[in-house]
Formats: sequence, structure tokens, C-alpha cells
Amino acid sequence: MKTPWNRFDFLLLPLLGGAFILLLWHLSSHSWSGDLPDPAKTWHESKPYVLEPWAKRGELDQGILRFTFLSLILVAKGYAIALILGTPIGFFLGLSPTFNKAFDPIIQILRPVSPLAWLPLGMVLFAKIKGINVTEVAALFTIALCSMWPTVLNTAVGVRAIPTDYLNVARVLKLSRWKTLTKVMIPATLPYMFTGFRLSLGIAWLVIVAAEMLTGRPGVGGFLWQQYNALVYEQIILCILTIGGVGFILDRLMSVIERRFKTI
Amino acid sequence: MAFLQLQGVSMGYGVPGGRTEVLADIDLEIEQGEFVAIVGYSGSGKTTLMSILAGLIRPEKGRVIFDGQDTPGPGPDRGLVFQNYSLLPWLTVHENVSLAVDQVFPQLSESERKSHTDRFVQMVNLTPARDKRPSELSGGMRQRVSVARTLSMQPKVLLLDEPLGALDALTRATLQDEISRIRLAEKQTVVLITNDPDEAILLADRVIPLTAGPRATLGPSIPVTLSQPRDRRTLLGNYDFKQIRHEVIQYLLKARPRHRTTLSRSLVLPDVEPEDITHRPPPLFAKPGSARRKSEMKTESVEVTL
Repeated sequence: MKTPWNRFDFLLLPLLGGAFILLLWHLSSHSWSGDLPDPAKTWHESKPYVLEPWAKRGELDQGILRFTFLSLILVAKGYAIALILGTPIGFFLGLSPTFNKAFDPIIQILRPVSPLAWLPLGMVLFAKIKGINVTEVAALFTIALCSMWPTVLNTAVGVRAIPTDYLNVARVLKLSRWKTLTKVMIPATLPYMFTGFRLSLGIAWLVIVAAEMLTGRPGVGGFLWQQYNALVYEQIILCILTIGGVGFILDRLMSVIERRFKTI
Repeated sequence: MAFLQLQGVSMGYGVPGGRTEVLADIDLEIEQGEFVAIVGYSGSGKTTLMSILAGLIRPEKGRVIFDGQDTPGPGPDRGLVFQNYSLLPWLTVHENVSLAVDQVFPQLSESERKSHTDRFVQMVNLTPARDKRPSELSGGMRQRVSVARTLSMQPKVLLLDEPLGALDALTRATLQDEISRIRLAEKQTVVLITNDPDEAILLADRVIPLTAGPRATLGPSIPVTLSQPRDRRTLLGNYDFKQIRHEVIQYLLKARPRHRTTLSRSLVLPDVEPEDITHRPPPLFAKPGSARRKSEMKTESVEVTL
């Protein structure tokens, strides 16, 4: 049945859902959770960060967009390292059964390790190297190591899924190894690779909060942790919403790119 | 010595115990300029035989002699038209053909290679579709691209592996005529593998039946004495055609030891998204033979032995 209201469903229902959550939040803060600031208070306290998103009042007192920007820069660096390392590793795993047998168990063990566990190792690993910012390098190490696995595994699956026919075409044409790689294997694997890239980006963004919390770097995650320690709870929710929103936007962007490569 | 020769070729798959001997003691001689058709049942090892001829797989026993070389690897001098077209889906028609041209004729200038590519796209009447990708083409058009790609390498022998198997009858007839025309014009050596005796007799100079597998082998060569070019409309009433057709079919029927058929149908998958692309092994303590996930059962089949 089509009523005029149905046409606004896509707008109306999410608004209703949001309102319901806001109500729950409000009720919770006034009943069992005394420390939780209610929505109105949260908005009031968050105003300076939202309305002046680029302000810089101190190292850990900056506008929310400025914090987001700092976090995104760090994520971009770590993510780039993950892709640059992860894609070739995935190719090797997919191409060589020996390599796969040698490293697949290790990967399966390292894959579920939490970023919270990698960061201290990163700090130890790079502590003795002169001329680098150890916390930054350790954070990058953590982001790269945690977010690499979907790229590695999806690329490997993609390489294994290349139809034998395509490889036979390359053999009949006597394409060189390099040409087989660039003209046949990489294009055939691209859709899988981009699925991996999208999942990796999601994880890289998840890890940023943990990395910033532990290192105290300025950014959305660092800000969240600092405000918690300072017993200022209003901005925690602001940070959560920001992290969620940015993650959502990144995922949408990547899936647009991914879909472009699906059509080939 | 013949131009392309198989001597005592045997091939099987699998480990001892669960082994299938696909081909046994295949001898074949093909002269330059000849069109030979090999007719056999589905599943009798036709594609394996073709892969051996193309050098894509090495026979376990026996030798392949091609143009004086002993069992060479694959190369553009033996142009294989794949059963399922094998076009690269991310390249356009023109790019698919020019991938082959650029590889086989590196000595030509860029514009010469381009006009060479254009000539072969034109030969299969695909110039209007030259910038389309395979997904935008019909099955018949895809197969024509595949033929153009192979012909553009100017191979010494053209290997056609059931090239028209997946096409409807009308498209099939058109492409048969095109293959016949190109072959007569270019004096091409051709080996065609097919499951259709009529197609074999229409096109070839000689028809060789392949007995049903396992341990398939080639029967006696049956010469097709009909004059070229052949007209499919008058052929069906032609006495010689009927004779040859009878001979081929009789041999194939006689040569099958027991006829086995597997009837299978695909099952419609439940509309469920798998949550994880990585394959999960069955749980550690699962009973052997416990139910598989529904979405893994894609076909069911019944084997009937007559």
C-alpha cells in the first residue's frame, strides 16, 4: 500500500530510530547512570569543539575537525604502509603454495591480535632508533600491522581465483612473467584486492583510537582518552559520534571505488 | 614426417588408486593445410587432447611432434581457440586482439600493429563493436573475438576446442560458415574438436572419432570426399554426406563400451549472504559425513548406466 508517508520513509524512519536512542540516553542519564551527561548537556559542552572545528587552543584542546584531520593523517600513513606491504605478501601467498604453507599459520595467529598488544611491542622495537618520533612510528607500526590482514588474505584469495583460462591465454601468447603479472594477474585480482582495501581501511580507523589513547597523541582518540581522565564526560560522546561518522564516510567512499572495479 | 604428430600419447589424472586414465595410445598425423575434425562424446577427454596438442599439458607417455620440434611448450604458433572464449573481461574487443598482436609481432611499428589488429577484428565482422568489453557482447560475438585473437597471431595451426558448443543453432551455422571461409582463404591447418558429427563433416577434410573414455583412443580416420566449399542446405540431402555421417555415428555407437550418463540439475541457492569469504573447515569433532551447509550444495546428480 502506497500512502504519501511511504515516500518519506527513508528519512522519517532513521529519524525515529535516532529519537528513540536519544530518549533512552536521556532516561539513562537521569536514572541509573548518574555520571552520564544527558543529550542537552553533551551538546552544550561540545559546542565550542563543533562550532569552531578548526580552533587550536592547546595541544589537546582543538576543534573536532582539526582532531579528525590529525587522526586521518596518521591513519593514511599507516594504511599506506599496510597496502604497500600487504598486497605483495598476498600475491606471494596466492602464487606459491610453499610460501603459503610456511606463513599461513603465522598469519592466522597474528591476525586476531589486538592493537593494544601490538603498540607496546612497537614502542620497544623502535625505542633505540635515533632521529625518529618513537610514538608516531609505533602507532604507524600498529595500524599497519593490524589493518594489513584483510588486504593480504583477500589478495591471496583473488590470486588463487584467477581462472586457469586467463593464465593459459598468457601461456599461449608466451607473455613474459612481468607482462603476465601486469596484464593478466593484477587486473584479474583487482576486485578482490579492493574488497581487502576496504576492510583494511575500516580496521585502520578502528585502531587509531587505541593507538592514540596509548600514546597520548593529539587526535580524536587521544582527545577522548584525555577528557575521560580529566573527568569531562561530555566530549566522550562527541568523539564516539565523530569516529563513527568518519568511519562510515570512509567505508562508503571505499565501496564506491570498490564497485567501480567490480564491473571489470 | 607429418606437420603435427602425436605418437602413443597417454594421459591420466589423479593419484594411483583413484586414477582415471583419460587418453590411451593416441596416434595422430596431420599434414600442413589439412582440416581434421575429432568427434567424441562429452567427457571423453577432448579438451585434454586439445591441451596436449597446444602444449598446455605434457602427455605422461608419448610424444608430440610439431613442425620438427619434439613436445614443445605452448606458443603462438599453435593458436588455440578456447571452449569458453577466455577473453580478458577488462579489455575491449580491440585490446583483447591487440594484446596478442603486440606480443607476437614486436618487430612491427605501432601503426602496423594497429592496422593488423583492425584487419582481424574486421575479418570476424566486429568492427562496430571494437570498443566494447566482452560482458557487453553476445556469446557468438565473444567467440568471434576469440577466433580473431587467435587468427591474428597467424598461427601455423589453428586448434578449435568445441568452439561453437555453447552457441545457439543459428549463430553456430553462421560461425561455421565463417570458419570455413577464413580457412579456405588462408589455407590454414586446422584441428577441430567437436561433439557434433554434422559440424565435423561440414567443415573437415577428415573426421576421426574419439571413443568414449576412460582410456579414450582415436578410431580410424574417415575421409570426407565432399568438394569445398560446401553448402549446408544441399549437404543434408547429399548421399555421400549421409554415408559418412552414418559411418561416423556407427563407429561412435559401437565404440562405447557402456553408456553412462550423469543427470544433474543445479539447486537454487538460498538467498543468504555468506558472512565470511574465508573457507571454514568443519568443526574439530564433527561427525564424518555430517550435513554440509546448504549453500555449498550447488548441484545434485544421478548417474544412470545403460
